[in-house]
Amino acid sequence: MSASLCAVPDSISAGVSRQPSIHEVEARVKIHEWVNGQYRLLVLAAPAAVLDCAPGRFFHLLCPQTDRFKPYLRRPMSIYSYDRMKGELSFLYKVAGTGTGAMAELKPGESLNIVGPLGQGFEIRPEWRRPLLVARGVGLATLAPLAREFANLGRPLTAVCSARSPDLLMSTDLFRSCGAEVIAVTDTDGNSSVENLTALIEGLIRSRGIDAFFTCGSARLMRMLQEIGARHGIGGQVALEQHMACGIGMCQACVRPFRSESSAVNLRVCREGPVFDLQEVL
Amino acid sequence: MGDLTTRIGALTLTNPIMPASGTFSEELAEVFDLDCLGAHVTKTITRAKRPGNPVPRVCEIGGAMLNSIGIPSKGAEWFLKNIVPFYADYEAPLVISISANTADEFARFAEEVSVPGVAAIEVNISCPNIEDDGKAFAMRPGPTGDVIRKMRSATDLPLWAKLSPNTGEVVEVAQAAEATGADALVTANTMLAMAIDSRTGRVRLGNVMGGLSGPPLKPIALRMTYQCARAVAIPVIGCGGISTVDDVLEYLIAGARAVQVGTATFISPTTMPCLVRELEQEVERRGLPSVDALIGTVDIADEAITLAEYA
Repeated sequence: MSASLCAVPDSISAGVSRQPSIHEVEARVKIHEWVNGQYRLLVLAAPAAVLDCAPGRFFHLLCPQTDRFKPYLRRPMSIYSYDRMKGELSFLYKVAGTGTGAMAELKPGESLNIVGPLGQGFEIRPEWRRPLLVARGVGLATLAPLAREFANLGRPLTAVCSARSPDLLMSTDLFRSCGAEVIAVTDTDGNSSVENLTALIEGLIRSRGIDAFFTCGSARLMRMLQEIGARHGIGGQVALEQHMACGIGMCQACVRPFRSESSAVNLRVCREGPVFDLQEVL
Repeated sequence: MGDLTTRIGALTLTNPIMPASGTFSEELAEVFDLDCLGAHVTKTITRAKRPGNPVPRVCEIGGAMLNSIGIPSKGAEWFLKNIVPFYADYEAPLVISISANTADEFARFAEEVSVPGVAAIEVNISCPNIEDDGKAFAMRPGPTGDVIRKMRSATDLPLWAKLSPNTGEVVEVAQAAEATGADALVTANTMLAMAIDSRTGRVRLGNVMGGLSGPPLKPIALRMTYQCARAVAIPVIGCGGISTVDDVLEYLIAGARAVQVGTATFISPTTMPCLVRELEQEVERRGLPSVDALIGTVDIADEAITLAEYA
């Protein structure tokens, strides 16, 4: 990740980088398809300049104006995959509102204006040898590039994938292709409750020696991991979502409170995040 | 290429395009070279630290944005130590926007931020005046004059008064700012607005009300720019809903000597450098000696009409 994006909220280096690291570019739609009843996969042909990505970082997308939907602000979206060799950038997203509704109407060959890459991605500490990914909803997309990264690093990976129903479980094949041991739970199967998962994860800590948590997509699961992590002294990171306007750090719209030495401090999800230390989230 | 140089009082800008306060920060240097801008205008700061408003702080509505960010501020000391030095590497003049609760506080704060590296102070008088029942200073000529007069005796830096579209006394407020020592006017800040989710009945901003910005604000701020440019001798800087070079031209023709670009930067972070380039081309295309030749050239068929009642 470029050093200039590692913003520390209370100190800004005086040095000025005149080399742009955030780019606004047009990307052409290569593939755009439903992967289940709610989620779509969007694969873009993207210029090399924006493919200096990292797991957990995001792009700010200018969704098109359609007959039905007239989004005004950009929409932030975490990266599902990036491939510098193929010049591809992809997103896996839930069609939920005005922005994603408009995006869903993009056709192959059409162009999408994107700004990025933005934000701070996941930090993979050398001491984290046995990571556990816990993903639900959009988290199944956000954590996918992280799984690839762990596969590249050759660290044995376990992934708990949660969804409302089995048909909404995405990325599980991708996680498996990264060598992950995938444990799928769903609301319809009745095994996705916090109580059930707490017991499951405590078992994994004992049997697999889990030493780091990575999560995204559910506040409930984040709280659960904070609690388990605090009890077992296991650290980790979480990728958060928040309403954004500028996506770059100018507007201060996307703040959330975080624990700091003395008291709570507001940090920008777009800039200091979207990935944060699991225990610092209030 | 067309000459874009413009003068705002004692300051010479290489071009009339600058950011609107609150929509610009150091991070934009990661998108383009900030020295292509006519000036840099920082987000409003207050002397003391402020946390800002509860979220949601922004929402979109009908091709516009509402915001109630609430001027979160890390305070004067932090700003002078971290932000002012960042801009020292740039040629473009640094304009810092400040806010305060009373006219005396404005003056003390202006003195404190009058340091080397700061070229001008933009006075955000759209904030509530705690000595006037919470009404914004910029609502009336009296409180506006009090702030500018006291600041004028506290600093030698140029003072740019940022007016509010929420007042019914635009001309009187503008003239009060000029009479008490403002060097320029900025027309205008956001317009007070609100939005409700009709499905849930819930307000869409954490602070209930917020400021409207984006293209729908343009005709209102353009009208204010026109009114002020006719009513005062000091330069007027247009601000409100600018996203295309046509918008820039309209403001210049209405009488603005420069413009500020705000919300458009959120939609496209490269808006400002594009506008500089396009304005240069436009000046050349029209065969003008400089951008100056456009300023205040609005063609009004019958001058008397503008003096009639508006409604």
